Amino acid sequence: MSQADLTMHGHSTAGAMAEPTFSVPAKKMAMWLFIIADTATFAGCLVAYGFIRNATPNWPRPFHSITNVALMTFILLTSSLTMLIAVREAHAGDKPKAFRWIMITAVAGALFAILHIREWMNMIGEGATLFHNPWGTPLFSSCFFAITGLHLLHVTGGIIALIAVGIRYQGGRYKADDIEITGLYWHFVDLVWMFVVPLVYLLNLSH
Amino acid sequence: MHDMSAHAVPHGAPTSFIRKHVFSLDHKVIGKQYYALALLAALIGMALSWIMRIHLGWGSFAIPGLHLLSSTGAPGNVLTPEYYLQLMTMHGTIMVFFVLTTAPFAAFGNFFLPIQTGAEDMPFPHFNMMSFWVTFVGFWVLIASFFVADGPTLGGWTQYAPLSAIGSVGGPGQGLGVVLWATSIAIFCVGQLFGSLNFITTTLDMRCKGMSLMRLPLTAWGWFITSVMGLTAFAVLMPACILLILDHVAGTSFFVASNLVINDQVLPHSGGSTLLWQHLFWFFGHPEVYIAIVPGMGIVSHVLITNMRKPMLSHRVLIYSMAALAVLSYMVYGHHMFVSGMNPISSLVFSFPTLVITIPSTIVVLMWLGSLYGSKLRINSASLFALGFVSMFISGGVSGFFLAQPSIDIMLHATYFVVGHFHLVMGVAAMFGIFAGTYFWFPKMTGRMMNETLGKAHFILSFIGAYCIFMPFHYLGIAGNVRRYQAFTDDYLIPLIPVHKFITVAALVTGFAQLIFVYNLIHSRFKGAIASDNPWQGTSLEWSTATPPPHNNFGDKMPVVYHDPYQYSVEGASADFIMQTSPEKINSPNEEK
Repeated sequence: MSQADLTMHGHSTAGAMAEPTFSVPAKKMAMWLFIIADTATFAGCLVAYGFIRNATPNWPRPFHSITNVALMTFILLTSSLTMLIAVREAHAGDKPKAFRWIMITAVAGALFAILHIREWMNMIGEGATLFHNPWGTPLFSSCFFAITGLHLLHVTGGIIALIAVGIRYQGGRYKADDIEITGLYWHFVDLVWMFVVPLVYLLNLSH
Repeated sequence: MHDMSAHAVPHGAPTSFIRKHVFSLDHKVIGKQYYALALLAALIGMALSWIMRIHLGWGSFAIPGLHLLSSTGAPGNVLTPEYYLQLMTMHGTIMVFFVLTTAPFAAFGNFFLPIQTGAEDMPFPHFNMMSFWVTFVGFWVLIASFFVADGPTLGGWTQYAPLSAIGSVGGPGQGLGVVLWATSIAIFCVGQLFGSLNFITTTLDMRCKGMSLMRLPLTAWGWFITSVMGLTAFAVLMPACILLILDHVAGTSFFVASNLVINDQVLPHSGGSTLLWQHLFWFFGHPEVYIAIVPGMGIVSHVLITNMRKPMLSHRVLIYSMAALAVLSYMVYGHHMFVSGMNPISSLVFSFPTLVITIPSTIVVLMWLGSLYGSKLRINSASLFALGFVSMFISGGVSGFFLAQPSIDIMLHATYFVVGHFHLVMGVAAMFGIFAGTYFWFPKMTGRMMNETLGKAHFILSFIGAYCIFMPFHYLGIAGNVRRYQAFTDDYLIPLIPVHKFITVAALVTGFAQLIFVYNLIHSRFKGAIASDNPWQGTSLEWSTATPPPHNNFGDKMPVVYHDPYQYSVEGASADFIMQTSPEKINSPNEEK
């Protein structure tokens, strides 16, 4: 669907508009722009974390195992794959299949969130909070919870979006392009995690 | 997310009062709402500056009724030192965010960008409505801090850590005041995100047939470039504000170092970095300066061209220069931190792009001056304020050359020299851009003309007044007058007090001249002469539609564009100007494709 197909104010504007720049219609463009802005937000947080980490002597490295985070990463990466399949099915016009794959993606996202919250609860159980940290400077916990919390917020928003868009897509209100746009967001959340893992987890593995 | 796809839907003309005037989806109404908000904010900000100036000139003068604002902050109607700083902080924050960002970008941009691109509306009207109402809430959250126990924050509009992060031990307003401040700004950032998404997609995807990017007027380019800057700059400020709030309410210490002693108390914080706030803040803060000024550059170019009856020497060079300003604005932010204790090598590294950024600025100015040379400029309120903008931008810009060099900045930093510099180049210049835009577009926005006599009087008083206020600031700065002092009791400062008194008188007079503008605005809105569709004989799309424009901007027929935006005085043409929508064939060497 291109911008020219949009009708506004009751009369058709087909042919009245210039071609969209880069041939990207407005909705998809807005998602890309949101991703750029969100990238800046995450970059700001990660740079702040790096700044504090460098400025702090004896930065704690409390993580012993990467099993849990590896599992979470695997699930999130897999959900990106299922999202791709959903988009492909949607563009191929197979509605039930596309819907099923969207829901599988949402379930994988929920699984990731549950594993993440379980990890949080473990850490909180050991005494780590935003302002306290049993392994050294409290800033470690502050940064950890702030950054992973921001990411978790994005995952939660993504799950809600997937379910909402999926249901409306099945009901016929949304089109294949809307699935693709939601997919862009989901892949972005996945990509951010690929920065969070090395910077927040792997750099803080004890050795 | 799913919202974005849901909102790119058509909307018909509203029927209910609420949809028409309050929660309107119409970009034109939203633009006017932004303008009204900016006007209110500007009046509050100006009133605050009056109180500050009176206090600086005559420290013991009791301002009648001031205790009503704060009984602890102004006992006996005289400001306490702390309350002076609190008012100063609010003046800066209100002016930078809710006037200089809101009026030239959000207000005029919302009203005219879709019209100038030939669109019926922005692609996401619901987001557009939310962007205004979010900003509106942000404004009142900020204003609310006047009415909490110990008043608004006193940390300055830059909210430097650690003072901003340590809580009420830092002074009145440093507890709840800072939290409200940071909340307000974080909310403001969300509004800017919604606005930027709409502006960029409108420019790239909502152009009418024949409207190539290079055929967009310079105003549209100014708003487009500004929205690209706003997209990423505010996205960094928002997490910074949230971290600051966490330092207050969650007990973190992102911005407070260990073992800090304030007022004889060792603070419980440990391990944070005070410099981090400055890095995050100025990464936003410097682009913000250009967010305030680039729309003004667009407006001024547009107004000057229309009144010169000829295009700029080069349309493209102006656009490229504005884009270069946007790119460079991200690389120069460290020049705000020369004396912060940052590594001196970093100062050197930031100094270089700071000097480089003067090149596109200079090119823009030379474009204006070169185009003005030999032109028969029509003198009216709009073109006068556009000239005023050029003058202020040059005067304020020249002092930037000095401040850009770390060795000179070490002496001038935190003096009135800096205050004079940024007030001229960013404050007054951007305000003059707003005024030029108002006098120029008021007929299109309301259907009535503004009073020219009052407009010219407003210009003369504002122009002379602004120089009388801000030029002496440079002198004060070189003489060593530190900024943010509420009284001048040191030996070397006492002889400078007469200069402060002069500035205070000038500020009061200039301020009253603004009331002429407000009167003109309100009076003309209801009693002004009826405006024609194209009172200035302009060529861009806003002049080819009705005055005021109908709900869908162009009525039943979508415009088709045949020419680039500034076809004035074309040889062999039937008239002095050729509208963008005119199918008339012309031979112009400058015609863009």
